Amino acid sequence: MTDIATYNFAYLDEQTKRMIRRAILKGIAIPGYQVPFASREMPMPYGWGTGGVQVTGSTLGRDDVWKVMARGAGDPTTAVPIRPFSRKVANAAVPPDTPSATIIQTRHRIPEHPLAAGQVLVFQVPIPEPLRFLEPRETETRKMHALEEYGLMHVKLYEDIARHGRIATTYAYPVKVEGRYVMDPSPTPKFDNPKMHRSPALQLFGAGREKRIYALPPFTDVVSLDFEDHPFEVQTFDQPCALCGAENVYLDEVILDDHGGHMFVCSDTDHCEKRRADPASPLWEGRAGGAGAGDQAATPATPIPALRADPPHEGEGKEAQ
Amino acid sequence: MTDEPLLRVSALSKFYGSRVGCENITFDLWPGEVLAIVGESGSGKTTLLNCLSTRLLPSSGTASYRMRDGQWRELYRMSEAERRFLMRTDWGFVHQNPADGLRMTVSAGANVGERLMAVGDRHYGNIRATAVDWLSRVEIDEDRIDDEPRSFSGGMRQRPQIARNLVTGPRLVFMDEPTGGLDVSVQARLLDLLRGLVTDLGLAAIVVTHDLAVARLLSQRMMVMKDGHVVESGLTDRVLDDPRAPYTQLLVSSILQV
Repeated sequence: MTDIATYNFAYLDEQTKRMIRRAILKGIAIPGYQVPFASREMPMPYGWGTGGVQVTGSTLGRDDVWKVMARGAGDPTTAVPIRPFSRKVANAAVPPDTPSATIIQTRHRIPEHPLAAGQVLVFQVPIPEPLRFLEPRETETRKMHALEEYGLMHVKLYEDIARHGRIATTYAYPVKVEGRYVMDPSPTPKFDNPKMHRSPALQLFGAGREKRIYALPPFTDVVSLDFEDHPFEVQTFDQPCALCGAENVYLDEVILDDHGGHMFVCSDTDHCEKRRADPASPLWEGRAGGAGAGDQAATPATPIPALRADPPHEGEGKEAQ
Repeated sequence: MTDEPLLRVSALSKFYGSRVGCENITFDLWPGEVLAIVGESGSGKTTLLNCLSTRLLPSSGTASYRMRDGQWRELYRMSEAERRFLMRTDWGFVHQNPADGLRMTVSAGANVGERLMAVGDRHYGNIRATAVDWLSRVEIDEDRIDDEPRSFSGGMRQRPQIARNLVTGPRLVFMDEPTGGLDVSVQARLLDLLRGLVTDLGLAAIVVTHDLAVARLLSQRMMVMKDGHVVESGLTDRVLDDPRAPYTQLLVSSILQV
């Protein structure tokens, strides 16, 4: 502790950490169950990751490497203020790449790089209650969780199919955990739901404003809800990432100009940059497609300089600081 | 009708502090029978209905229900999970105000299908087909299946509520003023529909109403309540044509003649 002597390590005082750790432990003991906790005021507004920061702050040790990501990238608005904060209060090494991080705090995405045992993924959750917009009474939703009355969750999916002909929910797609609790996987795209299933990493969910913590211990069954005749499916993209050529990854649309120009690029910028730096790496074999064949591995580099020269996208994919 | 009742109520009382909600109510209800509970406002009929449907717990007394497997279960000794399961499978509850019994922000089809999904139906096509079938039985066109109930008129809203309750084939339906607040022509059509459904499906029903005409049309038997007590009970036609208790006589003679 040098210049951060005025703050306790990781900002929270030890009693608060203790309280939050107890909530986390309870959450791990009952996968998918929302544990109430005494959420603290954080030096950032609600909706900017206060729940995630509290969970991370209570989990963080001095040797940990804290990676912050928002929409898969390291530099969107919500991740930017957390990064200097984490550096200041915890001296955390940010932003590292996915494999070397021990704690990954995220909003919206699970990294494309498979997580390993020992890693902790912390989600910033805005609305932890999957039944919220169907049943406004909190007393009632708690009872429904307790009695495992989840018919209502399918009412939402029914409505989707009735209106759109398919399940149109694309994010915060409800899942059933270990055959018991229905859980909101936070605003991650449903593309990432299968990654939660039996993940070797510990997944923690913190909702600061709603004062709830829930958790998925490693190797927990996470099943997305669906109908027999409308099975769960993830988003697919008909073209690979315009920068690195990866297939079977989640892509963001980037607007290039005012004339309808756009391209689809990896939403996980760390993954994308590594692929571009080393397209031939065996790391990409059999996973995240695309880069398997030799010519394919070579092509991604070609369109990039042209796109990179486009002024509005100078900073795209680069770190803000 | 079988020789065993469906519901047995004995000495049921509900007090709100020192005030009487209903006191010492005893009756049996047989399968396929419609019982009307009539009385003026504040006579305890809704309290009684809420106690019977386990939405309220009584102060004393018992009520037993014969489950589908023939077992008698005491309602107030069942766990909450069991009671709620009973409520959404073997029972129905039609509220006076459809907004209390329907989800106003999801489509009529989903409202009807909710109970099916709650008991584990996971096939969209089947759920929808059942919803279409039930909505047509309550005379709602198929092209309105995806409309929200709030886009329906007041009288029409009762219909999806009824369909929603009947979709799991309940044996007992509670109705709290099902035609209250509707104009007479809509009321007549709804009563017609209810009478048809109750006869076709062999439902047992307990109907709370202050409207004697509703009781006459729907029920075989009725109980007249005043100040929390049953003052007279018997076959509907007998009670209405030959009222014995002074209060029933007053009630019958208060009907406006056109």
